[in-house]
Amino acid sequence: MTEELTTPLHAEHVAAGATLTSFAGWQMPLRYAGDLAEHHAVRTAAGLFDLSHMAQIEVSGPGAGAALDGALVSVPSQLADGRARYTVIVAEDGGIIDDLIVYRLSAEDYLVIANAANRVSVLDQLALRSQGQPCAVVDRTPHRALIAVQGPRAAEILAPLVDVDLTMLRYYASVQGRIDGVPALVARTGYTGEDGFELAVPAEGAAGLWRLLLGAGEAAGLVPAGLAARDTLRLEAGMPLYGQELTRATTPYEVGLDRLVKLDHDFVGRDALAARAAARSGTHLIGLVGSGRRAARAGSTVLSGSGGEGAAEIGVVTSGVLSPTLGHPIALARVDVPTAAGEQLDVDVRGTRQPMTVTELPFYRRPA
Amino acid sequence: MSIPSDRQYTAEHEWVVLAAGTATIGVTAYATDALGDVVYLDLPAVGTEVVAGQACGEIESTKSVSDLYSPVTGTVSSINEAAVETPEVVNTDPYGEGWLFAVTVEAEGPLLDAEAYTALTQG
Repeated sequence: MTEELTTPLHAEHVAAGATLTSFAGWQMPLRYAGDLAEHHAVRTAAGLFDLSHMAQIEVSGPGAGAALDGALVSVPSQLADGRARYTVIVAEDGGIIDDLIVYRLSAEDYLVIANAANRVSVLDQLALRSQGQPCAVVDRTPHRALIAVQGPRAAEILAPLVDVDLTMLRYYASVQGRIDGVPALVARTGYTGEDGFELAVPAEGAAGLWRLLLGAGEAAGLVPAGLAARDTLRLEAGMPLYGQELTRATTPYEVGLDRLVKLDHDFVGRDALAARAAARSGTHLIGLVGSGRRAARAGSTVLSGSGGEGAAEIGVVTSGVLSPTLGHPIALARVDVPTAAGEQLDVDVRGTRQPMTVTELPFYRRPA
Repeated sequence: MSIPSDRQYTAEHEWVVLAAGTATIGVTAYATDALGDVVYLDLPAVGTEVVAGQACGEIESTKSVSDLYSPVTGTVSSINEAAVETPEVVNTDPYGEGWLFAVTVEAEGPLLDAEAYTALTQG
């Protein structure tokens, strides 16, 4: 058995009594006190997440922008300095290799955040696709940490600790600052559906920063939160997860990510995606809500119509849970036929057919 | 975490208290730790015939769904309606208020004492 990787915050998690889990080759906190309490804390106050397993890949040099433009479905070189973009990297056949956040730090300096499970493939593809461009692709993951503060009280907790004005920091923007002397890329991004920040910091400063944030946020209700809460939070927010909604066998057009694809520039996979755009397959990602407490889970079959004997299989649930915030089952599903909000479908939940209703995403939207 | 010595256990992480021909059944703290917060219980209806070692319900947490196995063969005599209403009691008090169902016993399945169960969970 290969040794699992641990983050610079591993000792903090162990000391806090976290339940650890294997995730993409890393030992990560699944939960601390309890995943529901952590989930609710993020919705009502704030949660602190260790995301240091996520890949931090630096692309820098005069050709960095052009290299990323040719590697991704979007056009990072057109971002303003300090802005970020959610995007995907696809294979020649248009299949999704990973979903990413790309930060343009300056004209010659970009940071790509990739999923831990796809770190090597993204790194390899970026290196391959940037050949001939004057730029360097460097994996910074082992030397860095990524800490997220998420929730309605995240800004008030972080603001007094950081030497930049957070009120000036827009959603999907970043700024270089310092927190207690630790240099940090402070980004207003997240995966929870709440306001929040992600802090990319050097590995050696991470544990001190983690403790500082926990102490500073305690009175406001900040708690450490694990991957279990992260998953239920992102699902309520209708955000796709690689390996569940997004796979190598799906293109952005089949999972509602059409808006990310800029066919008017040249990139690896463009021709396949252009053909796909012209001849839509009909496959798409939908939200489903149910009643009661029994949740459809990934792999549950989605059936057309309601109750009838001849109901056809039209798709599959990719993620599902009893929504902690809403109190009823929610699910994302990939279906092969057109559907409309309000339409009732059946889902085979472990042998029992249960009605669920197609709904607009996200399931949960934070109060304005 | 200490395991109560006043009852017996199964390899599927259920506990059983046998008294006057009735088995009261729940899941262990080891199980609830592995599951995370329990959000839904699907318990067998009163009167259902259950068979030792066979699935008779579901216990669902935010992260996963697990089958619930009956440690004994017999007829379900009562279920814990309070736990169905507020499944979090299974996490907060798995060996007490978080019991799940009771069975009028016809036959016992293979059961472990606390020492053997402790060894199993630490193996």
